[in-house]
Amino acid sequence: MYNFDVVRPSRIADAVKELSDSTESQPLGGGQTLIPTLKQRLASPEKLVSVAGIDEMQGVCKGDDGSVCIGGATTHATVAAEAGNYPALAATASHIGDPAVRNRGTIGGSLANNDPSACYPAAALASGATIKTNTREIAADDYFQGMFTTALDEGEIITEVRFPVPEKANYQKFVQPASRFALVGVFVAKYADGVRVAITGASNDGVFRWTEAEAALSSNFSADAIDGLSLSGDDMISDLHGTGDYRAHLCGVMTKRAVAAAV
Amino acid sequence: MPKDGGIGASSKRREDIRFLTGEGNYTDDINLRGQAYVHFLRSDIAHGTIKSIDTAAAAGMPGVVRVFTGTDFEGVGTIPCGWQVTDRHGEVMQEPAHPILAQGKVRHVGEPVAAVVADSPEQARDAAEAIVLDIDELPAVVDMKDALKDGATKVHDDLNNNLCYDWGFVEENKDAVTKAFEDAAHVTSLELVNNRLVANPMEPRVAVGDYARGTDESTLYTTSQNPHVIRLLMGAFVLGIPEHKLRVVAPDVGGGFGTKIFHYQEEAFCTFAAKACNRPVKWTSSRSEAFISDAHGRDHVTKIELALDADNNFTALRTETHANMGAYLSTFAPSVPTWLHGTLMAGNYKTPLIYVNVKAVFTNTVPVDAYRGAGRPEATFQLERVVDKAARELGVDPIALRRQNFITEFPYATPVAVEYDTGDYHGTMDKLEEMGDFSGFAARRAESEKNGKLRGLGVNCYIEACGIAPSNLVGQLGARAGLYESATVRVNATGGLVVMTGSHSHGQGHETSFAQVVAEMIGIDENMIEIVHGDTANTPMGMGTYGSRSIAVGGSAMVRATEKIINKAKKIASHLLEASEADIELKDGAFSVAGTDKSVAWGDVTLAAYVPHNYPLEDIEPGLEETAFYDPSNFTYPSGAYACEVEVDPDTGKVTIERFAAADDFGNIINPMIVTGQVHGGIAQGIGQALLENCAYDDNGQLLSASYMDYAMPRADDLPMFSVDHSSQTPCTHNPLGVKGCGEAGAIGSPPAVVNAVVDALQSAGKDVTHVDMPLSPDRVWAAMNG
Repeated sequence: MYNFDVVRPSRIADAVKELSDSTESQPLGGGQTLIPTLKQRLASPEKLVSVAGIDEMQGVCKGDDGSVCIGGATTHATVAAEAGNYPALAATASHIGDPAVRNRGTIGGSLANNDPSACYPAAALASGATIKTNTREIAADDYFQGMFTTALDEGEIITEVRFPVPEKANYQKFVQPASRFALVGVFVAKYADGVRVAITGASNDGVFRWTEAEAALSSNFSADAIDGLSLSGDDMISDLHGTGDYRAHLCGVMTKRAVAAAV
Repeated sequence: MPKDGGIGASSKRREDIRFLTGEGNYTDDINLRGQAYVHFLRSDIAHGTIKSIDTAAAAGMPGVVRVFTGTDFEGVGTIPCGWQVTDRHGEVMQEPAHPILAQGKVRHVGEPVAAVVADSPEQARDAAEAIVLDIDELPAVVDMKDALKDGATKVHDDLNNNLCYDWGFVEENKDAVTKAFEDAAHVTSLELVNNRLVANPMEPRVAVGDYARGTDESTLYTTSQNPHVIRLLMGAFVLGIPEHKLRVVAPDVGGGFGTKIFHYQEEAFCTFAAKACNRPVKWTSSRSEAFISDAHGRDHVTKIELALDADNNFTALRTETHANMGAYLSTFAPSVPTWLHGTLMAGNYKTPLIYVNVKAVFTNTVPVDAYRGAGRPEATFQLERVVDKAARELGVDPIALRRQNFITEFPYATPVAVEYDTGDYHGTMDKLEEMGDFSGFAARRAESEKNGKLRGLGVNCYIEACGIAPSNLVGQLGARAGLYESATVRVNATGGLVVMTGSHSHGQGHETSFAQVVAEMIGIDENMIEIVHGDTANTPMGMGTYGSRSIAVGGSAMVRATEKIINKAKKIASHLLEASEADIELKDGAFSVAGTDKSVAWGDVTLAAYVPHNYPLEDIEPGLEETAFYDPSNFTYPSGAYACEVEVDPDTGKVTIERFAAADDFGNIINPMIVTGQVHGGIAQGIGQALLENCAYDDNGQLLSASYMDYAMPRADDLPMFSVDHSSQTPCTHNPLGVKGCGEAGAIGSPPAVVNAVVDALQSAGKDVTHVDMPLSPDRVWAAMNG
């Protein structure tokens, strides 16, 4: 690590102010990606602005429209324990990383980082979640813009994420054996107006929606409905752990399993 | 009824009290007054010419004591290789210099180029980043077969080519083997890769160098499996420090698995720099550094052929292996694919003719050396895979084919120069069949298929050779060290003992099991015995711990020294009891006169030795302390049979291990619980190699699996409960305890069982798959099924 300062404001407005001054500063959620990056000396911010002490960004609650609202600084463990109104979301959170990660890592941190193999982006995109920041509300469809790239501006903080609760949903993660991130993770959510399918881990462009599968499942929500559908492996991640074609194949397998398991 | 002490008792590991309560004393726990810290600047280029190294800015950074580069080591020795192999043409191997810091060229990612010594680790790292390194990149040599092509880029410009040696064994048998293949009724051949591994002991390597100007004495604290070997290699060949002025201490060491046998540059650097800077100098490896500086393991590419007659008897075996040495020769690297591999190619079978060819190759990768099993896993894997393939080709039961070809008479001289003293291969296979419940397999397979999974059963045997010896033989084979072991037994006046052993315990539990042996011999409580190891200042010259040698060789030395103690104590007892020495018996910690009720306690005899008021001073010296060096007359040959049952998910290629059984013959057993633990750990590592661990380089010599994000270590939930048995015991005939060694067996015996099981599963679904290279990751298995 290089030297840096840490501030821990207790209000969103103070955090925004800290991030907008002249120092090169960066927001710190649970630090599950940022701290290892700093240890490797791959980043050198002058100041970290921790959002962990902001009470209004903590916890899970129920919105007026029945949606599940999660404060941006809420840990995965809290989501797993408290998002019972959206069981597939709670189950997804309960399988991110290991207990240490789940007790430090936050939903805002994960979505702001938008790791192409992270679980939450698939949940947010498949749920058509709304990402609320200190300045605006962003629809999930507009928010994810490629691996490690989002609609967030410099110094913008995710304060809350709102998930409409689907009729049925499930997340199926096929883990990469070393990191146990998603080699392919598929989140399927069935709403009254249609089915959404979001896939993480597979694409060079980060999380994406499989629209063909969505159409097929919207008219027939059964695993058989996507028989014959396939994705191309050409633009998929190809690495030590699997070729693009293998990932494309897994997208189909995991989608079927998610549909079959959806509750 | 289980014993509660001595040989055969499952005594709890006494060392675990300190390990589990944070009271261990590891090298990183050692901090000396005035200590400085070194950070190594390592090459991030696999192959290149060093144009310039500008250290001026770094030298002026805060806290910097001194910056070192290769030029600071001109006139200093280079890291020696401990084994010289002679090739099939009678030529000695090509042996390049291995500098402490790179000289002129860099030859692998991770090679240390410069080193900064500073007041704090952070200052050293900051300054290392300020070093300006200009390297002219050269094409990297990565693939072994490409490396041997005419005109290939040379890793070492001063060598003829990238071929370290071309070894043939037994060269005189080559023509006869060729003839046997011409006459064979059936030939099975198989090409396979034994995947490169990173050892990943829990404790990374650490070195602390210290120098006392007043006495001109150097001390190195280091994470080593063999401190005396490091003292000899570093003192005599690198730094020119005589042994009486050099102390090497390897305190508690958190796992070695072979990778802490070797003498590394960082050890020599810290010892050298402590004198140069007149301050203690400490280095603690990060996990990232460990991936690119700890010697790797395995990395063989092999073609193996098995010839059978019309009755399915094995008639000949022929192998050709390319063995990766990496960029430099690590301490014992040349011995691994040759004498630790070729000599094991007979396995458990009476194949009359065997020829092994090994081409050792230099590449721009981290040096490769011994890793748990070292050569023997590579031999076992290819042999047990080709036997399994032969059985499937011939449509015969894989177990029956093995049994038909088992060696059954001992001693047995193999065609690859070793003589097995004892073994009972049918015995361990019988035990395995019982443990594995093979008769229930069909029902378990049907159940798996009902759930959409494929199920496979894989079986294999193994033989290994431990306690490599005798020294005069290994000297002829190219070893530049002896392979004896030593022990000093010091009896204190009030009867307690300290055993100072040349073996080194880094997880094996010697402090417990060695004490059990001495307790049994004297008939006293284990807690009266302390085992001391790891410090050249207070242990006799020993060769350390590797190759499952410690109980067989180190234990034997301890037995010999204890026998000397008992003999002398009997003389003292005969004086005290006024009886003939021949009539003195030692039992349950007391000396008695045969046929009488006269006796004297162990503690009275030891007290007499040190307070010799009533003592035969004219005949024997006071005191009770003896040393023995033990040089074995042969290897030991543990053996066994392993079975693995897997499920394969045909949709994803994911393999899960459902059952695993191991029936081993380790000869006599000192502590069954510790042996079970050793086998469990070995199987976990073997399954790690078979399913998960993949040390991979790209074409530019960049390590792709350079962290735990990409290098998959086995975790508890990757493994089933193991069924382990070591009740089949054919004691070793040539060491006093009848022991064979158990440390590596699990890692040797398990990989072929896993692969055999997966092939069985895939073939059960009608897939034309005869082999999948390790690790059998989901993508590879799926590709094999859909290829």
